[in-house]
Amino acid sequence: MSSQNLFELKQVAKRFTKGKETISIFHDLNMQIKEGDFLAIMGPSGSGKTTLLNLLGGVDQPTEGQITFDGQRIDNLSESQLAKWRANNIGFIFQFYNLMPMLNAARNVELPLLLTNLSRSERQKQVKVALELVGLSDRASHMPSEMSGGQQQRVAIARAVVSDPKFLLCDEPTGDLDRQTADEILQTLQLLNEKFGKTIVMVTHDPSAAKFAKQTVHLNKGEFVKAEELPA
Amino acid sequence: MKDLYLVYKNLTRKKMRLFLTTFAIFIAFLIFGAIMTLRGALNSGVEMSADNRLVVVHKTNFTNPLPYSYVNKTQTIEGVKQVTHANWFGGYYQQPANQVVTFAVEPESYLAVYPELVIDPDQRQAWLNNQASILVGERIALANGWKVGDRIPLSSNIFSHKDGGQTWEFVIEGIFRGTEEKTDTSYLLFHYKYFKETQSWGGDSIGWLILTTVDASMNESVAKAIDSNFANSNAETDTSTEQAFNKAFIEQIGNIGLIIFGVVFMAFFTILIVVGNTMVLAIRERTGEIAVLKTLGFASIRIFKMVIIESCLLAFLGGLLGLGAAYLLIQGASEHLARFLPNLVLDQNIIMQALGYMLLLGLITGIAPAISALRLNIITAFSRD
Repeated sequence: MSSQNLFELKQVAKRFTKGKETISIFHDLNMQIKEGDFLAIMGPSGSGKTTLLNLLGGVDQPTEGQITFDGQRIDNLSESQLAKWRANNIGFIFQFYNLMPMLNAARNVELPLLLTNLSRSERQKQVKVALELVGLSDRASHMPSEMSGGQQQRVAIARAVVSDPKFLLCDEPTGDLDRQTADEILQTLQLLNEKFGKTIVMVTHDPSAAKFAKQTVHLNKGEFVKAEELPA
Repeated sequence: MKDLYLVYKNLTRKKMRLFLTTFAIFIAFLIFGAIMTLRGALNSGVEMSADNRLVVVHKTNFTNPLPYSYVNKTQTIEGVKQVTHANWFGGYYQQPANQVVTFAVEPESYLAVYPELVIDPDQRQAWLNNQASILVGERIALANGWKVGDRIPLSSNIFSHKDGGQTWEFVIEGIFRGTEEKTDTSYLLFHYKYFKETQSWGGDSIGWLILTTVDASMNESVAKAIDSNFANSNAETDTSTEQAFNKAFIEQIGNIGLIIFGVVFMAFFTILIVVGNTMVLAIRERTGEIAVLKTLGFASIRIFKMVIIESCLLAFLGGLLGLGAAYLLIQGASEHLARFLPNLVLDQNIIMQALGYMLLLGLITGIAPAISALRLNIITAFSRD
């Protein structure tokens, strides 16, 4: 496994203005994520987990500082450049799956491939592979409403990996699932990390989920802290 | 093209809403197609009028007759090229309800003043030679199954025959066509001389005069000269261009333009609100999904286009169905109304206008939701969700 940094955050600050008040989420955040990592980020509500995930996913920009991905700065990209960058490099997995309700599983998985130049038959081939990977080949024509939460999350994972991105961002991927299903999902993520070399960052509240990651970091009030420093 | 499936699935995701919105647009374009065709039919006489053709009628009322001597007197006025005249026969075929527009005319001068009437030279000569014959318009001949050589009885609800009764028998010697599709060919022409000789009353009078001027620029001066010439006589005249005359004739019903504008405007304004509101709601409901698409890497402008395409598809779906229904309605109605509204045709102009309005409807109703989709911030959308 390579030890090269895939992500590097240098002196990142993020502030929001709410009315007359300025809220600082991070003021000097430094972080490296190595290629092949499976990192769990834990912390209480309001600690900055989601903001960090948004910065890593290129859906938000830092107020100050630099974010580098694979040697390329992304903090100064325009909205359309970021959209293209996300399509090429990032797979997103959300807590509530966020599948398109009017599309069947295969069409949902195909969505990121619509941003490529692949032909319909090439796209279908890749969709088939992705659905096989998450064990849902037989559910390709099922609508999200016809599937369980666990199955929907597996479709979401297939959608995240179908275009073969280097990096997966998971926002509470098991937050809406029972223990057994959650463990199955986490095992799938582990497989993607270990067998397919995907670098994964997962935000979670669940210590059991964090155990599936290679390492866990704790965030509190916009700073990385040791687990024992977290408020009870 | 790859996004069309997504657009289609979004459009059809709520079947009842799609049906109701499409139905509303359908009604608007059904009304548009039917009303505009009706307007076209009513205005076809105005549109087809020649620039240099004037109509001279009795000043008191156009149904009052004029003395025959006016024909020659008018011919001498400066600027007048050719003069002809016509009498309303009040004809019907077989049944009083089956009215046919029939004029008694002076054949040669009438055909000279109306060069848009096209007749086979042999048929023309045959009609000119035979006083008891009739020249039939192509459309009315088709409607009644008449052909050259047929003998047809025509009755009048005004005049009676010298030999008794109110029916004249005519031989069809010719069928005239129009130089253009919209030329009115739904009437019949027979010899004024024959009419005068066979009618039991009516004397030496004519219904109205039709004349052409040397140049359209002389219309006003010629009209003034004619009316001054017959001023203070027993039959004062009112001369106007054929276009103005036809327009005034139609507007006896009311201000057709205003009525049509009112109906079409109300239909479209209502539909605009209904469809616009539906589109805004539909996109608002999809805030989370749009945010997901943006997160996956769909560019904002691409989503903007998808919303616009969706609203345009909706407008075209309902619009084309409505226009199709209007076409069928008009086809059905035109058979029954051919005698009164011969040009009841949903023509290319109306179709092009309707397509333009469909596009406009799609753009107007789609622009606001498309802009909000374009501006949608991913983080705000997810926190709202």
